[in-house]
Amino acid sequence: MFRLETAENPQKLRRIAIDPVTRVEGHGKVTLLLDDADRIHQVRLHIVEFRGFEVFIEGRPFWEVPVTVQRLCGICPVSHHLAAVKAMDIIAGYGALPPTAEKLRRLMHYGQVLQSHAVHFFHLASPDLLLGFDSEPTRRNIVGVAQDFPEIAKQGVLLRKYGQEVIRHTAGKRIHGTGAIPGGMNKALAVAERDELRRDIDQMIEWALASVHMVAALHRTKPEFYNHFGEFDSSMMGLVDERGAMDFYHGGLRAVDAAGKPIFDHVDYTTYESVLEEEAKSWSYMKFPHIRALGPEKGWYKVGPLARVQACDFIPSPLADLERKKMMGLGHGKPVMGTLFYHWARLIELLHAAEVIRDLLDDPDILGTDLMADKGERKGEAVGVIEAPRGTLFHHYRVNENDLVTFCNLIVSTTNNNQAMNAAIRSVARTHLDGRVVTEGLLNHIEVAIRAYDPCLSCATHALGQMPLEVDLVDAEGRLVSRGRRNMGPER
Amino acid sequence: MNEYDKFSLDGRPIYFERGQSILEAALAAGVYIPNLCHHPEFKPHGSCKLCTVKVNGRFGSACTIKAMPGQEVASDTPELNGNRRVLLQMLFVEGNHFCPGCEKSGNCKLQALAYDIEMLTPHYRHFYPVREIDATHPDVLLDFNRCIMCELCVRASRDVDGKSVFALAGRGTASHVVVNSPSGKLGDTDFALTDKAASVCPVGAILSKRVGFAVPIGERQYDVDPISAQASARQAEEA
Ligand code: SF4
Ligand code: FES
Repeated sequence: MFRLETAENPQKLRRIAIDPVTRVEGHGKVTLLLDDADRIHQVRLHIVEFRGFEVFIEGRPFWEVPVTVQRLCGICPVSHHLAAVKAMDIIAGYGALPPTAEKLRRLMHYGQVLQSHAVHFFHLASPDLLLGFDSEPTRRNIVGVAQDFPEIAKQGVLLRKYGQEVIRHTAGKRIHGTGAIPGGMNKALAVAERDELRRDIDQMIEWALASVHMVAALHRTKPEFYNHFGEFDSSMMGLVDERGAMDFYHGGLRAVDAAGKPIFDHVDYTTYESVLEEEAKSWSYMKFPHIRALGPEKGWYKVGPLARVQACDFIPSPLADLERKKMMGLGHGKPVMGTLFYHWARLIELLHAAEVIRDLLDDPDILGTDLMADKGERKGEAVGVIEAPRGTLFHHYRVNENDLVTFCNLIVSTTNNNQAMNAAIRSVARTHLDGRVVTEGLLNHIEVAIRAYDPCLSCATHALGQMPLEVDLVDAEGRLVSRGRRNMGPER
Repeated sequence: MNEYDKFSLDGRPIYFERGQSILEAALAAGVYIPNLCHHPEFKPHGSCKLCTVKVNGRFGSACTIKAMPGQEVASDTPELNGNRRVLLQMLFVEGNHFCPGCEKSGNCKLQALAYDIEMLTPHYRHFYPVREIDATHPDVLLDFNRCIMCELCVRASRDVDGKSVFALAGRGTASHVVVNSPSGKLGDTDFALTDKAASVCPVGAILSKRVGFAVPIGERQYDVDPISAQASARQAEEA
């Protein structure tokens, strides 16, 4: 049993709900149970919506799936597109992709990472970091940032736009494109498109580097706070290539413990079920995956930027690798575990994505026209895994001899981070809220911790930055004591 | 063609050959009249009513009414386009048409017409009918979720392929296309990908398997120019 997961006498406690959590994708809520002395007894992040996307996939023809799964997520559709198509490559019987096809897919994917990380940092996270966790809530948004830091806001907008352009040129459309098809790609990159992207990439790299430096400088202003906010030990998981380098598109699974020691390494992801297990809990629709060998209590882990940057041996691009070393230096030989390091790591990845995009654009293969692999024998089952912006994403399918999907299991990035996010908010609740009168600013501390993971809590909704929040204070008998609302419109 | 073989369509003179329908004559002249169940290679069917025009003030189907000298035909009017929008909306809610995930997107006549006639919302409540897809044939997928019952496949299979693989069953709102085989499955027929019926479906109900997205969305038939512009483009090419 995890500390603060379940209170002993919940009936006697006061309940506060943050519902929904704002500036994240989708609908989640946090509940806190407090006693009369404001001591915290229980903290949970609940996922209150269940879309059961798997049932929409089952019974559909396999070649349609890489397109339809993009509907899972408003903000990283390309990740679902590519994870699904990697599985369908195998189902349809295709062998290794020709270099051009694989590089185009990589270009699309790194464009997605760049775009998604830019949106997250500049639009969702920077209001807290630049304006302050308990700054005036009505200004704590991208508009407030644009007023106080116009240059940074502008760079954020342009980085995001650049990522979208990469996606548009490779996937055919800015959102919900169809670029990747089982066996390869359906669209080559034209010289004019390559040149257009090449023209701006050096500027993007420069801005990405500046953003890393900005977060590093922010850290220096309050190192103690940044090191320990939402800090907790955990294992970490991500894909690495055969050299142990960071790779967002393909690789083997690696998990390391809180000391950075390997738990498993280079695991063929098609056998993910042999190393991972999913557990359901009654209070959340989101499952809790964990490393099978370690069990549910000890086996949970985190994924995403902070996990990937620290689980790999190096980042295969010079600027990002240097920044990685600087950040990890703060851990004195051990991985850093403060929740806010997620932002730093995310921007290092943004920088890496930009460097990879430049290298891909400079590679003559990228203009090739050999887009389809050779076809071999059909398979009935396949797994596709990718490092989505938010972390490792698993797509697992079975397809019958008539080409229809009969089974589908998805473990999305945010699900992998379920326990870690709960651990983060419990850590924050213990250090910042316990024993104090709860204010909006303090509640926002909880949200800051969740936001650091950039969770995508449901996959269709995306009301960037405008999500309504309602906090109810309920007494032990369930009576409403007070209600705080923002962006909710008139009360009904 | 002589000076008398001409009628007026929205005020423009359209010359025709004897025997042509109003729709055929208009399309040949490069003037578009919306249509769905019409196919140049098949006898007119007159079922979708998208081509409804006013001939000398009276409603009629442009695909079935023969062109006659001196007719005054109105087609591109707010009233007629309004009716067409309603017909399209009813077609959209009656089946399961989810364009974003559909491989026919960009090549679909129903979608192209909806864009062209500016059908912005389905307006009516969706029926969400439950229709199973038939994947039993090795090369062809049937997804009747998207069928609009134009019967082109029925006509093509019977009249061109000589197989009568498809038929219409049921009445009224319950009518639907079925496969003529003991099991009702396409896999149990002698249907072939090369059959005429395999390539006539205006929507995404009869599909060649495994190639759905080989042509990128954005580069498809109706992605570049609206469907209404394609009749005049074709005419210009032929001229
Ligand atoms: S399957 Fe296609 S061609 Fe046949 S009736 Fe339906 S819409 Fe028309
Ligand atoms: S095209 Fe005339 S009724 Fe369908």
